[in-house]
Amino acid sequence: MKFMMFVCTDTEPETSEAGVPAIEQWVADTYDKGRAVMGERLAPATTATTVRVRGGELLLTDGPFAETTEVICGFDILECADLDEAIEIARSHPMAYHGRLELRAFDPLNL
Amino acid sequence: MKDALAAAAQESYGRIVATLIRVTGDWDLAEDCAQEALATALEKWPGEGVPANPGGWLMTVARNRAIDVLRRATVEQRKLREVLLLSAEAKESEEWDDDRLRLIFTCCHPALSLEARVALTLRTVCGVPTGEIARVFLVAEPTMTRRLTRAKTKISTANIPYRVPSGPALSERLPGVLAVIYLLFTRGYTNDGEPAFADEAIRLARLLRRLMPDQPEAAGLLALCLLQHSRRRARRDAAGHLLTLDQQDRTLWDHEAIASGLALLPTAGRGAYATQAHIAAEHTRSPADWPAIAGWYDRLVALQPTPVVRLNRAVAHGFAYGPARGLDLLAEARAGGALDGYAPATAAEAELTARLGDRIRAELLFRTAADETTSPAERHALLGRATEMEDA
Repeated sequence: MKFMMFVCTDTEPETSEAGVPAIEQWVADTYDKGRAVMGERLAPATTATTVRVRGGELLLTDGPFAETTEVICGFDILECADLDEAIEIARSHPMAYHGRLELRAFDPLNL
Repeated sequence: MKDALAAAAQESYGRIVATLIRVTGDWDLAEDCAQEALATALEKWPGEGVPANPGGWLMTVARNRAIDVLRRATVEQRKLREVLLLSAEAKESEEWDDDRLRLIFTCCHPALSLEARVALTLRTVCGVPTGEIARVFLVAEPTMTRRLTRAKTKISTANIPYRVPSGPALSERLPGVLAVIYLLFTRGYTNDGEPAFADEAIRLARLLRRLMPDQPEAAGLLALCLLQHSRRRARRDAAGHLLTLDQQDRTLWDHEAIASGLALLPTAGRGAYATQAHIAAEHTRSPADWPAIAGWYDRLVALQPTPVVRLNRAVAHGFAYGPARGLDLLAEARAGGALDGYAPATAAEAELTARLGDRIRAELLFRTAADETTSPAERHALLGRATEMEDA
């Protein structure tokens, strides 16, 4: 099953560099073994555009929909048997140390 | 009859739920069918007598109930096939044990909040009614129902696996399971000074010990629970006030539990639960061997360097090597303002100071501790000690 892994910043990152894995290693381990389908870094949250339609009118907002100190800075779509496998992949990502990762299982609409 | 049913129910509920979850993946179905089986037994056994194999009887009723439900829901064909296959494995064997272990590890998954883990374990593994869990957690029953539903929903939608982890993951996950069981043991003391779920916790610890014989900390936890629980009838006086160990009537101790706890110690390793069990074991001896107790506290501080453990270590050293040594270690434990305003720390300092002979300072400290405590019984006792200092 698929999991969305949001890669986020965190206000209290790990201060030590010891034991932090290299992103190249993580990509090789994860993508080469088919445990992730796609992923990318995202442009800064300050460049986000929020879109809403209210009363038939298009409303655009400059910036993310919620002002928070932790922001999503990238994502990966994982292909895992279960949450434990997804946690194993997430814990070996450098941003588990420098930031935080949020795992959400896909809940398919089957449209 | 009621006792026979209660015993069979306690023993069977978790197994039935665990097995039905494995084959159907449906937590609500599993719980409903297990409850239905118990209700059927309550209805039939008083007239027909308790069957030779109550556990097997209950499992069969629950399984047939699951088949009925799934037959009606035609979309559940896969689950139905699995339950039909279940009839072949009537043997109450390792398979059942494995299922219960899977259920425990899933209920105690670290992706669930600690409160949810404790509640789910009580409800699903031990079969404790939701209302009773709600009372101990001091929430309304509908709140607890919602909490349990949310936890079960997370298990299925987040795809938390129904299995016991293996290899390095097991040693990472086992402490979390043990912590839930120990929290069950210590959580919510009743008016009799007995933890509300102590029996369930001990049953679980026993099960874990039996199912994971090569995990020393499982033995350590069981030993600790048994040794602490052995004093449950001696803990309070007639007025309900807590008694210290040397004030307790030792004939009220559960000597069978003590013997079982002591027998486990050689296999319990040297982890935190085992170390606390050794301390509890030393306290069953009379007179207490304080240098031995102090030694175990040194080890516990190395494993769990918390201010409260350091405080207890200071007290033990005070008894073993004199009050001056105790006060030195207490000052270390207080470093950085830890334990400030914490009545047990102030009371310990007062006792050590009194033994050192400084009654004026001791009296002041007893009065400070009496101000700090929130327990009226404790305040009463501390003020009594302060007056004794004055009178001397």
